[in-house]
Amino acid sequence: MAYAEQPGPAACPGCLMAPQIARTARKARAEGGEEVQLSLPGIHCASCISGVERGLMDLSGVRDVRVNLTRKRATVRVDADVETAQLVSHLARLGFEAQPLDSATLSSGESDRAARELLMRLGVAGFAMMNVMLLSVAVWSGAADATRDLFHWISAAIAIPTVAFAGQPFFRSGLGALRGGRLNMDVPISLAILLAVGMSVYETANHGDHAYFDAALSLTFFLLAGRYLDQRMRGVARSAAAELAALEVPVALRIGEAGPEGVRVAEVAVGDLLILRPGARVPVDGVVTDGASEIDRAFLTGETDPVAVAPGAALRAGEVNLTGVLTLRAEAVGEDTVLHALADLVSVAEEAKSRYSTLADRAARLYAPAVHLLALAGFVVWLGIAGDVRVALQVAVALLIITCPCALGLAVPAVSTVASGLLFRRGLLVKHGTALERLAEVDCVVFDKTGTLTLGDPVLAAPEALPREAMAAAVALAQGSDHPRSRAIAAAAQPLDLPDIRLTEVTEVPGHGVEGFWEGRRVRLGRAGWVGAQGSGTMIAIEGAPPVALEFRDRLRPGAKALLSALDLPVMLLSGDAEGPVRALARDLGIDDWQAEMLPEDKARVLERLSAEGRKVLMVGDGLNDVGALAMAHVSIAPASALEAARVAADVVLVSPDLGRVADALRVGRVARRRILENFAVAGLYNAIAIPVAFAGLATPLGAAIAMSTSSIVVSLNALRTRI
Amino acid sequence: MNVLAILIPVSLGLGLLGLLSFWWTLRERQYDDPEGDRHRILTDEYDDHPKD
Repeated sequence: MAYAEQPGPAACPGCLMAPQIARTARKARAEGGEEVQLSLPGIHCASCISGVERGLMDLSGVRDVRVNLTRKRATVRVDADVETAQLVSHLARLGFEAQPLDSATLSSGESDRAARELLMRLGVAGFAMMNVMLLSVAVWSGAADATRDLFHWISAAIAIPTVAFAGQPFFRSGLGALRGGRLNMDVPISLAILLAVGMSVYETANHGDHAYFDAALSLTFFLLAGRYLDQRMRGVARSAAAELAALEVPVALRIGEAGPEGVRVAEVAVGDLLILRPGARVPVDGVVTDGASEIDRAFLTGETDPVAVAPGAALRAGEVNLTGVLTLRAEAVGEDTVLHALADLVSVAEEAKSRYSTLADRAARLYAPAVHLLALAGFVVWLGIAGDVRVALQVAVALLIITCPCALGLAVPAVSTVASGLLFRRGLLVKHGTALERLAEVDCVVFDKTGTLTLGDPVLAAPEALPREAMAAAVALAQGSDHPRSRAIAAAAQPLDLPDIRLTEVTEVPGHGVEGFWEGRRVRLGRAGWVGAQGSGTMIAIEGAPPVALEFRDRLRPGAKALLSALDLPVMLLSGDAEGPVRALARDLGIDDWQAEMLPEDKARVLERLSAEGRKVLMVGDGLNDVGALAMAHVSIAPASALEAARVAADVVLVSPDLGRVADALRVGRVARRRILENFAVAGLYNAIAIPVAFAGLATPLGAAIAMSTSSIVVSLNALRTRI
Repeated sequence: MNVLAILIPVSLGLGLLGLLSFWWTLRERQYDDPEGDRHRILTDEYDDHPKD
């Protein structure tokens, strides 16, 4: 259904002015200062709210704090000299995890306003509906003559301005569709509302006994309720997605005239020299001009082995620097980076996805012309039978009102709201409007390895099988280093009772490894070539003894094993990593169908082939090498730890660290689809009974009011049954 | 039936009162943080210096 947000004048002066007045007042109270937004993922209770608010107010320079628990966010107004990092570290001391949000990325004002407008229209329609219903009860219970006319006139006085105000979203969208030469759901809705009011006024003026003011208003009310739910669900998903984007405040360290300065990545120009500290992500594509280090390319290629780089090596945005400080000359920035080249691919796939026709679209395409033809048929037939235009028009309007897609308008948004709320609480963010329905159709799941099934940080394989002396030396060397593999060695040593080895002159050689001296013998931990051995990988070498190879495995993401054993669909593993680790992981998880050393294009090609075979593939991946595949798949999920490009391409973002939630998403998608179909069945059944009655000219305003409310309520209650 | 002359304005007035209070809650942004307000009402810490 075309629930496009229509740009237009605000619904009421209150919607537009009130927030502004409130904002101005608050601003005046805080007397300027800067506004900082913090994300507080951990807060959940009353004492969290007061803890954060009081804790921050204790800091000097903080003027105003307001926690929003629904969005898990705090808006802090501070003096210009207060650093955001200060607030974050203060909150960390108090025990609250906080992350600064980029307020430039975060602008939810427009969708907030649209939601408030719809709520105002809903309120007005609700008020008018209740009052007119009360007046109608008197008419239904037998008021006649002058009293009935009086009640009808009062109803008209309430209904006409209400319809003119509250019905605007339907009129605008219906008019837009007609101008484009199309029919959407809003055309019969607008027609039914307007004709019902118009004919009722005519009947009232002629002292008739049937007026449909109540039906026109309840129609408006129920349909607005559906639209409000839809709008709110999209608003929540959008604000959460914007929050994910705002979490990454992209900063680069540029060598300026006055030494290194932090600048936004958007401001970096080609030719700028940037400093890249260990642990930092490469902000733009460029060439190393100075320094040596190791680079983690897992995000781009899925390789788990770090790559050594020296001056002259090309770096691409998204890679992570591991050991040494590098100086980088920017070669391509912004839209020219490899990262952005992928955006084209994504937008092509987006277009394909927007052509996906939802159940609601398909229902509307059948429904809208049918309703018009039916009403026209009623008019023609009755004109033939009775020969009276007034009677024929009455039947046509009754048909339009009775068949109006009230339940149909609620059938989809009510289910989607309940289902995406359910998934949101389980740590899954549904970004795309039709993602739930596409999830229900999945018949094949494709996984990426590094960063998706595994966490991307290494674990030492079989530490107890290594010579104790070599292991002890490796631990002693590793303790001083922050390299992921060093940390893995240190962690693996803890349960082993190793002899304490004292090393002297421990130095880290960026790009190669760590070396030190033990009882006069040189000890090296690092790349095979550097420690003086054949082969590749990481080795430990003590002078005078043969070097020992250290094998690393990738740590499994929590829930990966449970997910793979719970999935009842065919599963594939596509990885850019070398064959060895992929084979080991596939064996561990019981995946028979796997492919290693895949280039990004290969992955996309496999997905293309599968969809050409008619498979509906769910792609789960996180890296840049997955972006093409994510965009190509029928529906896709990316973990929140993925690069922004992957999260943008994916339909659903997995915020929870537990991969097992993917199974929940599939289950909820299927249940939601079933509920939507059930709701359509309810609406269809109701029409099957109501249409013949209306066609026979037996429909009364009372009957229409009861039938319409009942079907809407049944549909909403059925939506609430969406549980796992 | 003269009682209608009083009852109808009264019922409409009551309805309007409801509509106005709804408009007021909307204006006061009471629907921005339903989750937080639900918890705030239960807090046992008292603000001795309310801002307004």
